[in-house]
Amino acid sequence: MGIIVSFLAVVALFLVALVGGGGLGLTWLFGEVVPYAAAALFLVGVVVKVLRWASSPVPFRIPTTCGQQKSLPWIKQAKIENPSTTLGVVIRMALEVLAFRSLFRNTRTELKDGQLSYSSNKWLWAAGLAFHYTFLVILLRHMRFFMEPIPGFVRAITTVDGFLQFPVPEVYVTTLVFLGALGFLLLRRVSSPQLRYISLPNDYFPLFLLLGIGVSGAFLRHVEKVDVTAAKATVMSLLHLAPSPQPLSGVFYGHLFLVSVLLAYFPFSKLMHAAGVFLSPTRNLAANSREVRHVNPWNHPVHVHTYEEYEDEFRERMRDAGLPLEKES
Amino acid sequence: MSSAPKPGHEKASKFKPDQMEYYDRDELVQLDYRRVPEKNWMDEPADIRHGNFIYPAKPQKLEYIGFPNAREWSPLEEDWKLPSNWKEIVLDGIRERIGKYRSFRVFMDICVRCGACADKCHFYIGGGDPKNMPVLRAELLRSIYRNDFTTAGKLLGRMVGARPLTLDVIKEWFLYFYQCTECRRCSVFCPYGIDTAEITMMARELLNLLGINVNWIIQPVADCYRTGNHLGIQPHGLKDTLEFFAEDVEEVTGVKVEVPINKKGAEVLFVTPSGDFLAEPGIYTCMGYMALFHEIGLDFTWSTYASEGGNFGMFTSADMMKRLNSKIYAEAKRLGVKWILGGECGHMWRVLHQYMDTMNGPADFLEVPVSPMTGTRFEYARSTKMIHIMEFTADLIKNGKLKLDPTRNDSRRVTFHDSCNPARGMGMLEEPRYVIKNVCRNFFEMPENTIREQTFCCGGGAGIGTEENMEVRLRGGFPRGNAVKHVQEKHGVNVLAACCAIDRATLTNVCDYWAPGVKLSGITELVANAMVMKGEKARELNFRKEPMRGEEGGGHV
Repeated sequence: MGIIVSFLAVVALFLVALVGGGGLGLTWLFGEVVPYAAAALFLVGVVVKVLRWASSPVPFRIPTTCGQQKSLPWIKQAKIENPSTTLGVVIRMALEVLAFRSLFRNTRTELKDGQLSYSSNKWLWAAGLAFHYTFLVILLRHMRFFMEPIPGFVRAITTVDGFLQFPVPEVYVTTLVFLGALGFLLLRRVSSPQLRYISLPNDYFPLFLLLGIGVSGAFLRHVEKVDVTAAKATVMSLLHLAPSPQPLSGVFYGHLFLVSVLLAYFPFSKLMHAAGVFLSPTRNLAANSREVRHVNPWNHPVHVHTYEEYEDEFRERMRDAGLPLEKES
Repeated sequence: MSSAPKPGHEKASKFKPDQMEYYDRDELVQLDYRRVPEKNWMDEPADIRHGNFIYPAKPQKLEYIGFPNAREWSPLEEDWKLPSNWKEIVLDGIRERIGKYRSFRVFMDICVRCGACADKCHFYIGGGDPKNMPVLRAELLRSIYRNDFTTAGKLLGRMVGARPLTLDVIKEWFLYFYQCTECRRCSVFCPYGIDTAEITMMARELLNLLGINVNWIIQPVADCYRTGNHLGIQPHGLKDTLEFFAEDVEEVTGVKVEVPINKKGAEVLFVTPSGDFLAEPGIYTCMGYMALFHEIGLDFTWSTYASEGGNFGMFTSADMMKRLNSKIYAEAKRLGVKWILGGECGHMWRVLHQYMDTMNGPADFLEVPVSPMTGTRFEYARSTKMIHIMEFTADLIKNGKLKLDPTRNDSRRVTFHDSCNPARGMGMLEEPRYVIKNVCRNFFEMPENTIREQTFCCGGGAGIGTEENMEVRLRGGFPRGNAVKHVQEKHGVNVLAACCAIDRATLTNVCDYWAPGVKLSGITELVANAMVMKGEKARELNFRKEPMRGEEGGGHV
């Protein structure tokens, strides 16, 4: 149900722009208003969300320790999995963000004839990593539409990415991996009953949206062979705040519109994990809570049962038992 | 939980749902993880039945600690007798907590439902109920958060996983947030470090605002507040207990050990979970502490006021945790000790390691712990001034301060259960292993996905280790029990060592059920067995008063 709604929503969005930006020629809307509005929503939305997270304090130091603590000098500490220094935390976070360290641990639990077994299961890790890195490369590749002159590193990436040199224009490896990884993530979500059970419509929507962006982009390059000069002129005019969208094809405006939707959707969705991971207290704190006192800004006073109250209640029995007392009566 | 007797509920049996015998061992885990309910989880009401929930708190106990909405009620009845403004209380409670805890706010927003956590939870593995997947457990609360605190949720409702707060939601929370032991295993695997323990803690705080709590937690909390320990042992009773243990130590070793209680000016305050005072096998560990401290000549004291290392307050609210924990520093200050030594306990060490100094510190009236025997300065505890008995003992052994005869433990084929909190909330992995290997010659690890930071919970942590939810415990204990059975069959393991009082109590059931024949033991009990004491008599009996070297007088047979 959720998957169909999400799929149809993405198709409908694409068609709206295909017709609106292409056939009807509403370039001012799909080439100016929408991209600007989306970019503004993205920037403001992300900043507001992150500020809101940051406005909540971290009252306790709660790292999840995944290795040996720092204790006696002759016991080897796991300095990254259980970091006690800032450097350790930085490395732990870098591994988490750049290599998806925790996901790399993933196992599959199986129960057969009353016996449990756990096997390594890296598919999600591999597909997740492949998707994120190819998405990054694709973004960098697109810099050639955003910058004049085109920076050297963008040219270099583009050259390496197109090493297949086939057909003309050559297929980028990242496009294939990007679409393949997204396809895997979607297939995984659909084929596993458990995952299907936990999935919400808004788990499918971003997958279809990204697939739509990828497929329409590939179509523009390989099938339609879009007028790159006009496309670049359109994008550059937007960046220079002097928009003059060129009359480009409906597919181009469909592609641009899906990207705009992605930007606008981002701050209000789970896609914010990209920023949230940096603020996760189980990962971004040093596990040194016995060494350095962690201060809780709202550490308010609480009612306690004092020793005096305790002795008052039990004094007679303590005296009879010969236990020392603070007060004799 | 999903399988086992369905709606008609209780099956015909001469046993009751709070007895292990009620559950058929093979039937219980006839599970197919791929089978999920047909209806959307939001439309599937909680199935509360005997064997899977814990009885509500007694009103007078709640009143004693000043908790709101104390009343008589039953989870099995339709009407939970909630206060008329209960929705407002819950929503205000959420609002307050997202403002106080970044963890809560971030974890509500960033889950992508990748499912990496799903088959990491012992309750899901042993029960197959999708709502025990950590991701879905969190969604039970997230769905309400979205509905009332996010733009998308307000606009799009169920499309983005939001649902309105109803009484059925509260019932679901009660069931499933007491089927989480805050063990944090899922947070090891989560790519964003989302920690279900944080979410369960928040949910339980919210339920507590409505007077929905369980007696198995609230009674120990109230008793601890009053008497200093969860068991409600009064000062003279504790003195009797410890003196009784001293007699047993003397009977076994021939060495008379002292019982210093509330002694001002002692160098060290010793605090241990009160489970060590009451039940087997914890009491043998307690005797072990006494023998050890005597042997090394430690100038220490017990306290009756701070006679609890554990902290069931943690399973109700952060404030209650702080109220109970405050006694430890207060007592250390009153007695004028230099530093504090802590016994073998699990969640106790989560509190001491990650919360105590923040809540009730700074302990600037204490000194950095220094072992009087070895001179080792425990710099890593220079702020809390509290170290773990395993760290202390490992240092003693490393420096040759104990005379050990590990052959005395030869009848024991030992494996070690990493307790959740020392493993994932501290990282104390090598110290207990070092100690065990020095006092036992037969040590075998369980499979690697079931130990260290990946260790499985006993199924009874976070205050749910009681008889009345036996089904939940047996299911939750299944992954651990299964791993124990594995080393039992492969290596003839007959002792499961654990440095946690709750483990020693609940894993006893788990082993009896899933790996019969394996007995629980504290580590200091093993140390004290192997320890050659000055002036000891011929050691024929261990602390359990069983033949020291096994029935046959030899090694394992």
